[in-house]
Amino acid sequence: MDEIAIRVENLGKRYRLRTSTRQPRYRTLRDEIMHLPKHLWAAFKTNPKEEEEFWALRNVSFEVKRGEVLGVIGRNGAGKSTLLKILSRIVDPSEGAVDIFGRVGSLLEVGTGFHPELTGRENIYLSGAMLGMRRLEVRARLDEIVAFAEVEKFLDTPCKHYSSGMFLRLGFAVAAHLEAAILLVDEVLAVGDVEFQRKCLNKMGQVSRGGRTILLVSHDLDVIRRLASYCIWVDGGMLCQAGPTNRVVDAYLNASLWRDNQASGRASFQKDNRNIWFSGACVDGIGGNKISMGGTLVLVFEVNANPAFARTPVCFAIGLRTEDGMAVSLVADVDSGFRVGEGVGNSMQISVTFKKLMLYPGRYFIRLWAGSPDGIETYDDRQDCLILFVTDGGQLSQRRLLRSQGVCFFQPDWTIKPQSSSLD
Amino acid sequence: MEIDRVEIQTTLKPNFSMSDVFTHIRIRPARGWTALRLGELWEFRDVMVMLAMRDIKLRYKQTALGVIWVVLQPLVAGTVFAVIFGRFARLPSGGRPYVLFVFAGLLGWNLFAGILQRAGNSLVVEAKLITKVYFPRLLIPFAAAAAALMDFFLSLAVMVALLVWYGVWPGVSLVLLPLVVAIILALAIGISLWISALNVRYRDFMYILPFLVQVWMYSSPVVYGLELVPEKWQSLFALNPMVGVLEGLRIALLGGGSVGIPLLVSGSIGLISLVSGAFFFRRVERGFADNL
Repeated sequence: MDEIAIRVENLGKRYRLRTSTRQPRYRTLRDEIMHLPKHLWAAFKTNPKEEEEFWALRNVSFEVKRGEVLGVIGRNGAGKSTLLKILSRIVDPSEGAVDIFGRVGSLLEVGTGFHPELTGRENIYLSGAMLGMRRLEVRARLDEIVAFAEVEKFLDTPCKHYSSGMFLRLGFAVAAHLEAAILLVDEVLAVGDVEFQRKCLNKMGQVSRGGRTILLVSHDLDVIRRLASYCIWVDGGMLCQAGPTNRVVDAYLNASLWRDNQASGRASFQKDNRNIWFSGACVDGIGGNKISMGGTLVLVFEVNANPAFARTPVCFAIGLRTEDGMAVSLVADVDSGFRVGEGVGNSMQISVTFKKLMLYPGRYFIRLWAGSPDGIETYDDRQDCLILFVTDGGQLSQRRLLRSQGVCFFQPDWTIKPQSSSLD
Repeated sequence: MEIDRVEIQTTLKPNFSMSDVFTHIRIRPARGWTALRLGELWEFRDVMVMLAMRDIKLRYKQTALGVIWVVLQPLVAGTVFAVIFGRFARLPSGGRPYVLFVFAGLLGWNLFAGILQRAGNSLVVEAKLITKVYFPRLLIPFAAAAAALMDFFLSLAVMVALLVWYGVWPGVSLVLLPLVVAIILALAIGISLWISALNVRYRDFMYILPFLVQVWMYSSPVVYGLELVPEKWQSLFALNPMVGVLEGLRIALLGGGSVGIPLLVSGSIGLISLVSGAFFFRRVERGFADNL
């Protein structure tokens, strides 16, 4: 299995950007007409050297062996999609070369070529042809595709009457039955409901075990860890690191944690026209806003009031949500028996300590709220004003904790019950 | 997302045909003019067939009259022209019934203009496809042309019905018909290749196109015949490639006259525009996805 399926050598893609410093961003029609002669003149004498160059990808080289699953990771705009588009022959490289040995199927979206007015059956044939399937191939696999997508009853209904789930299922089903030796996949799995995503992943797992070569671009690092044996990390259009998946993904995670740390461990706010307002807040963890699982989180914020409101009673709440928007908790000061009954005065610093924060490793967003004790009036509300990183707990856990498995970490007492006692 | 239960497939049989393994593609930055790679077009012929079929199917979906529209449009236009130009303006039609005369002209012109309009905008219309999947882009304007050709055949059936109604039998000149149609196709597709490719970069062509089609129609013998043009200007007039084919189409369907030189001019220009258009298209197609 040492044969090469994809060889990429010194690949680069350059885009030219027009420098637009001479013109304001927005123009009215009247301005447009007034300046027409000037623009025309400028258009003629535009010097090609005034165009700015931008390398979306540069000096990228790697090889993929036959039957291997290669994951491609990197931030948004790192060049992952550009790489995939070059390999799919959608865009032309500016330099370098790619050799591909085998028939390529590229899945850059779910439902390539689908048209809502056509029926499911017509779309299967159309999409199949777009992806490079012969008519006969599609016909031979039609039943399989339909069964996978679970759309038997609606096969001859125009797709515009499909639910979005059915549409996606059908789109993926066609792609999944593509008989290509090499598959290029871009974030296709990032759509649909959880059930469907699992089904797609299972299918991808099967496909990769069928001896095909797969190049998989994804933001979901769990998926990459699950499916890819090797991984490349692209950043700023360059190849940052290549190697076994776990090593590359860990390096990537460390780097991105460090970068985000710099960003939002503390915040300061504008007063605007508020009477009582937060002026600043920070997460006081070990390394800025990073705390280890089960560790102590200290949240400090400063609240100010106009002289007329210095004696107004204020109530505080702290909201916590996960990266994907799920609310974890809303913590109110009264729950801990804390109150600022006499008002905050001119300004006041308040520190909130969470002992043993049992959250799964991951990113969490913090919201600060201040209002009247009855909760009716809101004085200030800062959504997602801070980011909190919970890192792996070390001795607390003996296994990998994936955020996809949960949010709260429990350590209950486990005991073996004596055999004689019955469970009633 | 639950991903720990990825089922392990028991059979490790390769699920692709082994012959695929020997396909080798080399991707390199291409510069300048390249070969047309007609073999590749043949390889992807299914894409063209599916695109053309989609266009035809979509054309009259959710219309009450459906395919009748294809026939109705030229019939109404023909009738209007017959009344205005035949009755009121009394344009000469070379002894043939003016209705037949103008319908034959419209038949050829609609094929030409239909391809221009559909194929000329085809790349912009299919932008989503072009940025998401690879196949030879040449197939897109060709598929659009195929859909327009379908309309032509339906109109041709109406033309035959009209010929029978008027009792006109074209005779041996009918053998000219395939040739004339082929030249119209070459002309229309050739020009469309230029326009569609330029349209990707300069959307101005989207606005130029309808204007061009209109002006071109009145400078071509659609509603009038070549004999209306003063003798000394006729040879200059015949440099318009549509002159030869429209006159040729009338002779093929209605008989009479001869159209040697103008048809030769049309044929040559058709061939030149098709070949140059295809090479130009191939040259610029690699930038399509970046500009759409």
